[in-house]
Amino acid sequence: MNVEGQQANPAKSGLEGIKTLAISVSSSRLFWTGLALFIILLVDLMISPNFFEIRLVNDRLVGSIVNILDNSAPYALLAIGMTLVIATKGIDLSVGAVMAICAAVAVTLIKQYEAGATEFYYQPGFVILITIGVGAICGLWNGILIAFLNLQPIIATLILMVAGRGVAQLITNGQSPTFTNDTLAFIGRGVVWGVPFPIYIAFVVLIFVTLLVRRTALGLLIESVGVNDRASYYAGIQANAIKVFVYVLSGVCAAIAGMIVAGEVKSADPHKAGLFSELDAILAVVIGGTSLLGGRFYLFLSVMGVLIIQSMLAGLYVSTLHPTTNLVVKAVVVLAVLLLQSPEFRRFISQPFGKLSRRRR
Amino acid sequence: MKSRFIPLLMTFIVFAAMYLFAYSRFSSFGSMRIVGNLLRDNAYWGIAAIGMTFVIISGGIDLSVGSVIAFTGVFCALMIGRNGWEPIPTFIVMLTIGTIFGATMGMLIHYFKIPPFIATLSGLFLARGMAYVLSTDSIRIDHPFYESVSKIVYIFPDKGRFTFAAGAFLIVLFIGIFVAHFTRFGRNVYAVGGNSDAALLLGVPIGRTTVMIYALSSFLATLAGIILSLSKQSGDSTIAVGLELDVIAAVVIGGTLLTGGVGYIIGTFIAVMTLGTIQTYLTLDGSLTPWWIKIVIGVLLFSFVGLQKLLSSRRGLRLFNFGREHNEVQQSA
Amino acid sequence: MTTNPQQMTPLLEVKGLTKTFPSTVALSEVDFTLLAGDVHVLVGENGAGKSTLIKLITGVHRKDAGTILLEGKEIDPRSPRHAQELGISTVYQEVNLIPTLSVAENIFLGRQPLRWGMINMRAVERQAKQLLKDFNVDIDVTRNLSSYSVAIQQIVAIVRGVSLSAKVLILDEPTSSLDHHEVEMLFSVIRSLQARGIGIILITHFLDQVYAIATRITVLRNGKKIGEHLVSELPRVQLITEMLGKELTKDSDEQDENAISKHANSETFLKVNGFARKGTIEPFDLEIRRGEIVGLAGLLGSGRTEVAHLIFGVEQNDKGEAYVNGKPVNIKSPRQAIRHGFALCPEDRKIEGIIGDLSVRENIILALQAKMGWFNYLSRQKQNEFANQMIKALSIATPNAEKPVKELSGGNQQKVILARWLIANPDFLILDEPTRGIDVGAHAEIIQIIKRLANEGKAMLIISSELAEVVEYSDRVMILRDRKKVRELEGNDINENTIMKAIATD
Repeated sequence: MNVEGQQANPAKSGLEGIKTLAISVSSSRLFWTGLALFIILLVDLMISPNFFEIRLVNDRLVGSIVNILDNSAPYALLAIGMTLVIATKGIDLSVGAVMAICAAVAVTLIKQYEAGATEFYYQPGFVILITIGVGAICGLWNGILIAFLNLQPIIATLILMVAGRGVAQLITNGQSPTFTNDTLAFIGRGVVWGVPFPIYIAFVVLIFVTLLVRRTALGLLIESVGVNDRASYYAGIQANAIKVFVYVLSGVCAAIAGMIVAGEVKSADPHKAGLFSELDAILAVVIGGTSLLGGRFYLFLSVMGVLIIQSMLAGLYVSTLHPTTNLVVKAVVVLAVLLLQSPEFRRFISQPFGKLSRRRR
Repeated sequence: MKSRFIPLLMTFIVFAAMYLFAYSRFSSFGSMRIVGNLLRDNAYWGIAAIGMTFVIISGGIDLSVGSVIAFTGVFCALMIGRNGWEPIPTFIVMLTIGTIFGATMGMLIHYFKIPPFIATLSGLFLARGMAYVLSTDSIRIDHPFYESVSKIVYIFPDKGRFTFAAGAFLIVLFIGIFVAHFTRFGRNVYAVGGNSDAALLLGVPIGRTTVMIYALSSFLATLAGIILSLSKQSGDSTIAVGLELDVIAAVVIGGTLLTGGVGYIIGTFIAVMTLGTIQTYLTLDGSLTPWWIKIVIGVLLFSFVGLQKLLSSRRGLRLFNFGREHNEVQQSA
Repeated sequence: MTTNPQQMTPLLEVKGLTKTFPSTVALSEVDFTLLAGDVHVLVGENGAGKSTLIKLITGVHRKDAGTILLEGKEIDPRSPRHAQELGISTVYQEVNLIPTLSVAENIFLGRQPLRWGMINMRAVERQAKQLLKDFNVDIDVTRNLSSYSVAIQQIVAIVRGVSLSAKVLILDEPTSSLDHHEVEMLFSVIRSLQARGIGIILITHFLDQVYAIATRITVLRNGKKIGEHLVSELPRVQLITEMLGKELTKDSDEQDENAISKHANSETFLKVNGFARKGTIEPFDLEIRRGEIVGLAGLLGSGRTEVAHLIFGVEQNDKGEAYVNGKPVNIKSPRQAIRHGFALCPEDRKIEGIIGDLSVRENIILALQAKMGWFNYLSRQKQNEFANQMIKALSIATPNAEKPVKELSGGNQQKVILARWLIANPDFLILDEPTRGIDVGAHAEIIQIIKRLANEGKAMLIISSELAEVVEYSDRVMILRDRKKVRELEGNDINENTIMKAIATD
């Protein structure tokens, strides 16, 4: 828009001013993701006026917001691991299956403990450590296939995605075993100072991983490998070790998420535990603005992406809409977000506008 | 033997080995009864796998097939079972919806450069969600047409049954092979997957081909849903969850490279029959638990991807060198 | 069109072609004429404008000014496809065909003969075989393209282009990765095309080949046409003079008498004996002392970059051994090279150098950080210090250290990569074309930096096409031709004349 046009039409210049402002603000990712979350929460509030209400019932805070945070916890963990994987230009399809495996391992071991086994590795504390170790091994497998056998990440993790549920069923012998142990259950349903325990876990992992990658060189090196792994190799970065690391971390996050899900229902369901959660995690990362092409990553925004998805689902839950519309709404929101992120689509949209303004002149 | 046939040969050897092993344990594998059942039971997802083969040869992926199958089943059941539509018009409407659905995904992928993985993931959510919206219950279909279709069957002397579904599967297979190898569209699919930049320079209409590939995949998934609807005589929005994984696995085990450009429809067919054989074997042999099928698929997947890596490593090296020289050319600008 | 009635209408005529990219004039008022049946070679160093000229003729880029005439009629190619429809086919070095389809299918893709709506595969194969036979190439056309050598692939691409009724065939560096026998095979195909009256534009770096096949030569430099000659009338030394833009002088420049002895006493940092890699570079020896600058001269494609990659561990030598400070070393990766105090500023900044999306600061500290390890993170304050110090020391033009490095100009990107290595404090720097594609001011600054680093006692190996530059800073010059070390010059012998002669003559 040229200067003469502005003078001729002050109304339009106001519009331009807003546009300029919008462009400068739009460079802030936090703003946009935050705005999306805000709008969704606002819609939720309109649907249900007492959406933000939080009550204390039996020493536990109760309310939609608490539910959103509680439900978000396992997805937030997956999204944290997935963010780093995607930052290296990779993808981890196996996290849902790894959740199922880890849930199966934890529950199977804890059942031995409940049955009176006294070996130290059946102690609840060790069971948790072993489960995390199993998640790390799953990640290690993925990482080795990708870094050293040079398989495409999507194929390498597809193998574990397919076989993983079979492995989980093998561990539980096809059953969905239940348990009563309080320690393991606490991970999924414990309450501390009125707040569900999974929220603490997700928060602590988020802070820990953020510190791990931002207070060490890891974050920089991960981004470097994701943007240009050849140039990184020339600069002496061990790209392979970085890749193995992010998949191991993703496996560990999946293991913790698996224990949360198992603890919540005091059972391990090898079919349903973590089903489709890899897709939700990838989605949250993409909504949070980390590109599937690798490079810059945003851990907090990925977690915010999870909150966006969960707030949307919570809103649908309290609305009069039938809960069956969940997936449809999700698909529509995903498409909207993806299209808005696509430069080709923005060009496509701006073309008719361009024509319109010319005609008006 | 040309090197490009080696993966196909491996697929066949694995199938033959599995089948012979199964035969050695259960002599019924020698009868037409098992063969007929294999074709019938695996027809619906085999048809979807043929569509997926085109997608993967072109270098893409389609995660939506399982959901499309479920949506088709529910749509047909609702329209025929509840609303009293005639089956044939319902199928035509459904196939049109499915094709448009796929074409839309293809357009998102080509024109808006949304990665196939993500575009078809939203397709997965949408189709499954629409299925839930239509109905969350299983709906029975009682219609004379369904009855008569179930009576279309050729019975072998040993009482093996060659059903309508099996016939449809084989027809789609032959048409798939024909389209892949003897039409310009089919060859363009291979060209796009082999090197899409070069294909563009060689005059391949990339956009149209991409849209058609995803339309074809959804069309076949819809057809698969119809076949399943006919054999189950019901529609259920929770069926075929995660089926896309088995389909993708079958395509890879069938010798199609996930990197695109190389693959055979017949290989996919053999792989579908291989997985079907394993499934049947595990069912007959009670001692092996059914979840082994997933682990076996995983192991097969790993072996085939490993084999492909091995076969392509020399070629991969050369491609890498191409890349380097390509850079030099650009530099001399 | 014919100004000279004795001359026939040129097949392709280009007049005053100009193309400007945001930062540089890539091509400036270039005239070019191609006659039917001619093999017209385009030569010039990097950035001379050869590729830009080709891309304008084939519609990859659109021209800013000038005219393109094909058989006397003005054309305006919009895309490579459009150019091909007009009769201009191009075969690139990195063969633009589908490796996973058969030879026959590649020739007929998109225009396969049909019978009853289906592709008549037998006709495709029969016709493809015949087309290739016309050029005395008898191969199994049903096999995958990728199963054949690059030479055959290029011939297949040529056959495809020609069978689309091409009048003009452009061959962009077709011989770079071919061996002697394959080049002969390709040339015989080119000769038979010549006999059919097709006009051929050939880009090559190999002067022997220029003299073997060309009828006419056009020399480009810095986007301008320097000269057009019949190959029979152009001596080799004159060709190189025109390419590199230096006049041969009778007397060699006086050099500093002490040049030879300047570093004689300083200790040897790197010594390689008989380093070689099959198909990449023939065995060579090299010794570099601390504080010494060794220039690496040779035309593009002579093996310059390969020498750097071999030393830096990007590629492994299959013969010979290396010594650092007198101790034998076996360097298998850049990381190991860096541990021994090496550093490499690569030729291709975009692909091998910068991490585009990351900031100037992050790019600068990257190598040092990689060396220090994952958990020994430089504090943000330290990072800022390093970055600002380097921005100042190398006068990197950037508003601040947080700007993504991809938004800087080429010269400043080069400085950022230099800065990356300087803060890692290497003993030995390899610079591959450090001054290419950057403006004059930055150019002079980088030369100053190079000299300063040598004075600080760093061993340096510098690859450059700019002979004046090489002469200016080198203590010794190693000269490569056709992937072979042909000479090493020292002291007074280092001048542009001797270097050019060494590059040109056998």
